[in-house]
Amino acid sequence: MMGWKDIPPGMVILEPGSALKIKTGSWRAFRPRWIEENCIQCLLCWLYCPDNAVKVKDGKRQDFDFDYCKGCGLCALECPGKKGNKAIVMEEEVK
Amino acid sequence: MTKVVAVTGNEAVANAFRQVEPDVCAAYPITPQTELMQRFASFVSDGKVKTELVLVESEHSALSACVGAAAAGGRVATATASQGLALAWEILFIASGFRLPIVMPVVNRALSAPINIHCDHSDAMGARDSGWIQLWSENAQEAYDNTIQAFRIAEHMDIRLPVMICYDGFIISHSIERIEYLDDELVKKFVGEYKPLYPLLDVDKPKSYGPLILTDLYMEVRRSQAEVYKKVPKVVLEVAKEFKKISGRSYGLFEAYRLDDAEIGVVILNSAAGTTKDVIDEYRAQGVKVGLLKPRLFRPFPYEEVGEALKHLKAVCVLDRADGFGGSFGPLYLDIAASLCNFKEKPILINRIYGLGGRDYMPEHAQQVIEELQKIAKTGKVKILKEYIGVRE
Ligand code: SF4
Ligand code: SF4
Repeated sequence: MMGWKDIPPGMVILEPGSALKIKTGSWRAFRPRWIEENCIQCLLCWLYCPDNAVKVKDGKRQDFDFDYCKGCGLCALECPGKKGNKAIVMEEEVK
Repeated sequence: MTKVVAVTGNEAVANAFRQVEPDVCAAYPITPQTELMQRFASFVSDGKVKTELVLVESEHSALSACVGAAAAGGRVATATASQGLALAWEILFIASGFRLPIVMPVVNRALSAPINIHCDHSDAMGARDSGWIQLWSENAQEAYDNTIQAFRIAEHMDIRLPVMICYDGFIISHSIERIEYLDDELVKKFVGEYKPLYPLLDVDKPKSYGPLILTDLYMEVRRSQAEVYKKVPKVVLEVAKEFKKISGRSYGLFEAYRLDDAEIGVVILNSAAGTTKDVIDEYRAQGVKVGLLKPRLFRPFPYEEVGEALKHLKAVCVLDRADGFGGSFGPLYLDIAASLCNFKEKPILINRIYGLGGRDYMPEHAQQVIEELQKIAKTGKVKILKEYIGVRE
């Protein structure tokens, strides 16, 4: 752990991308589940996710990155799904 | 080359701003600061400075814009008073916590309620522990000189802290005095080119301001900030020394007036110190050994130096132009008392509250205090530790 003498002035974070070190996945109480057959690949979930936890490869949606998904549910809320069937549902972690 | 002019305190400080020419200035008008910003706005409109003047909808926004501009990497200034400072309160701590060298004259004015536009020190005193450096100024000349020096102190690479320059509303801000302006070029050279520390606009080196710091690191962050304040007095003195070279005027951490051989003393801030020094001269002429200490650097408070300067006295009156309701004494008294408390031999202290809401501080008030101090020095007895003076019963 950092001692007080190592603190940069203003606690400015000088290392870009250092948020990668904080695995926000441990905060999760609800877990998003991706239902691939309902997915229309609109990528709204990727756009809205505040933690960059929706992985995309070659323009195609992949599964969640549960190291960083904090379970906020934004993606599930925004997901249009297919014909009224959501492609993301939130489920309680304990289950 | 200096130019002698007759101007108001606000005009002098606006001229200092013009000479320094900050990159960004965000401000909102409030009496008695308004004239300062109005004059500076004219300099902007007339093309005398290239400063980006951001006219916002409140002081909270003004200081927020200043924080953003300073984090982006600009030299930044604003000014406020009273309720405006109170409204900007939340952002004061963000500016100091981010270590942003924002320069902000505070034209001292009473706080509501009851609403009052005149001078007292309640505004800046309330913000004394917000992490800002505070320089207090007796007159327009000191306000002008302190403003110029403030940029150097704030921007010093060992410091990087915001600075308030306090001067008395109306008494100094709106009264015309003879003051000496330095040459524009001299001021520009003195403050030098601005060097940002961690500019957000340096996009090749991405960085983030304002992380969430919880139990595991908050103490360390605060401890590291506390360390910076220890370095401030030295830098203030270095800057003053350089300023003397270009101006001929001397500044210290405080002014000690006829204090060395004094037996009794008065501690007082800002404009009322001038009146008190005149009265001290009268008493000195009669052989009364009285002196004065006028703090200049009030935050961080140079308690060791102040204690050394006062400890030989028999009795001291600390005059506060602000009360601390529900607390024991006025804010200045508390720091003076703390500066002296560990000396074996120390003066008896009394606290007098004066001049609230612009109530005139007259020579007879200084006389009343000096008369009382003489009695205390002789008898060692104090009748009343703290009371208001210049108030109707
Ligand atoms: S639940 Fe929140 S954090 Fe997790 S993937 Fe969806 S939007 Fe991102
Ligand atoms: S928002 Fe829903 S439908 Fe769109 S890509 Fe994400 S999961 Fe698929």
